[in-house]
Amino acid sequence: MGILDHAFLKSLWVFHLATGSCNNCDIEILDCFTPRHDIERFGMQLTGSIKHADVLLVTGAVNRQCIPRLKRIYEQMPNPRLVVAIGECALSRGVFVHSYNCPLPLDHVIPVDVYIPGCPPRPEAIIAGLIKLIEQKKNPKDQPQA
Amino acid sequence: MPRTILPIGPYHPLQEEPEFFILTLEGETVVDIDLRIGYNHRGIEKLAERQAYDQITFVVERICGICSTSHPFAYTQAVEDLLSIEAPPRAQYIRTIVAEGERMHSHLLWLGLAGHFLGYNTIWMWCWKLREEILDVMEILSGNRNNYAMFKVGGVWRDIREEDIPVVMKKIDSIIPTLEKLHKAVMDDPVIHARTKGIGVLSKEAAIDYCTVGPTARASGVARDIRKDCPYGVYDQLEWNMIVTHNGDVFDKVAIRIGEMFESIKIIRTCLSQLPGGDIECLVKNIPPGEGIGHIEAPRGECFHYVRSDGTNRPVRHKIRAPTFMNLPTFKETVVGGAIPDAAIVLAAIDPCYCCTERISVRDTKGQTVYSGEDLIKLSQKKTEQIKADMGR
Ligand code: SF4
Repeated sequence: MGILDHAFLKSLWVFHLATGSCNNCDIEILDCFTPRHDIERFGMQLTGSIKHADVLLVTGAVNRQCIPRLKRIYEQMPNPRLVVAIGECALSRGVFVHSYNCPLPLDHVIPVDVYIPGCPPRPEAIIAGLIKLIEQKKNPKDQPQA
Repeated sequence: MPRTILPIGPYHPLQEEPEFFILTLEGETVVDIDLRIGYNHRGIEKLAERQAYDQITFVVERICGICSTSHPFAYTQAVEDLLSIEAPPRAQYIRTIVAEGERMHSHLLWLGLAGHFLGYNTIWMWCWKLREEILDVMEILSGNRNNYAMFKVGGVWRDIREEDIPVVMKKIDSIIPTLEKLHKAVMDDPVIHARTKGIGVLSKEAAIDYCTVGPTARASGVARDIRKDCPYGVYDQLEWNMIVTHNGDVFDKVAIRIGEMFESIKIIRTCLSQLPGGDIECLVKNIPPGEGIGHIEAPRGECFHYVRSDGTNRPVRHKIRAPTFMNLPTFKETVVGGAIPDAAIVLAAIDPCYCCTERISVRDTKGQTVYSGEDLIKLSQKKTEQIKADMGR
């Protein structure tokens, strides 16, 4: 692992994107940053601009209006970039699977590195997922390929 | 003066959800605002038409994660109206308890985000820390932190166990002192006064013209609350006050929400202490053709559901009107004419830090605690006094 990777994994900055969610997943993400869970322990910080972000946290069932914007935001992200799908909606569209406005699951639109299931996942689960992501990037051989 | 257009959104770091505001500016003053929504549209009304009546409660729960009680509550009211049945008393009490718990966590969430918007992240951290306690209470009562899945046509899915009641009571009692401290901190804070008093005023006439609902209306002196005007659940059997203020500015909206949290605590405590025995659901047979309405007071205002049945196991029409739909257009009234704040944010950002006080303690090199959390709170109170004196209040 080079020095760049090392520095990269030490302080992941996350950008949070809601693409037609019910808000609960987004709140649980914010909850991770508040005193009880405090994900900043692991060097993660919420950033205001996608151009500063290392990780894109996507929630929601990716509706038609969001698909082009989601793609554009993903393209604006600097490399190396990671994408985390949070919540049942982002994984498989959850209860909205039959909706006329949610044509595709998230991983058909952009590549996804980690899936965190739950409706909404608990903040502990989100933290565990992000830590797994870091671990996997550190030792790519130890982990089963996702 | 030349006009500038300032887009906010759709993905803006300050906003939780995607929405797109177009502000037209003349210098620092906002002269017009336009709004584009639809980034969150999931076609829920249509989805509801292909689900059975019992499944819809879970779909409407996911309209909004914060109001995950209000929508099922209004929906079950609508179907019960259609069926002309009433849930048994124990179920009514449980519903009321869950609804008030939701109101508390929602108001705290808002208050925290309001602090965040002012550049006052301390309030954010503090509120959300307190909110965790309420989520614990909800987890004890319903098994879930959010999306409680308690509501069912004709009753509730899950009973409150007797042995949980003292635990919940104790938790709620432990919330009160922190909430009072928070109340004092927010109400006394000179920076919050400076940033919110007289800002974004919605007059009583405008509040009525725009048909505002909930705390937005009550902050402007319109005394409307579905819990009083058209009682549901067990609100008519309890002692509680409707909080109304008259200035219509941001400060009043903060004050109302804090006041309502204390009322919610009162309601939960009374409900838990006089929880009647008996069934938690009644028998629901076939749903006849017809229509029903249900409306309840969600944390943000009136939430309305309409259900029409043709006698099959799915509704032919399900119409939902959420409170924000009525409150959004008031932006035209409150934002236009104001300034884009900047310097004030800097002022707010240097204010005393409350959230750190709960987490850190300062140690000297010999490992003795020099400042405990209490000391730090005292220190920051002293600083607040200092700022107040500096500002000449
Ligand atoms: S996964 Fe569940 S909680 Fe998360 S956005 Fe979707 S419906 Fe809401």
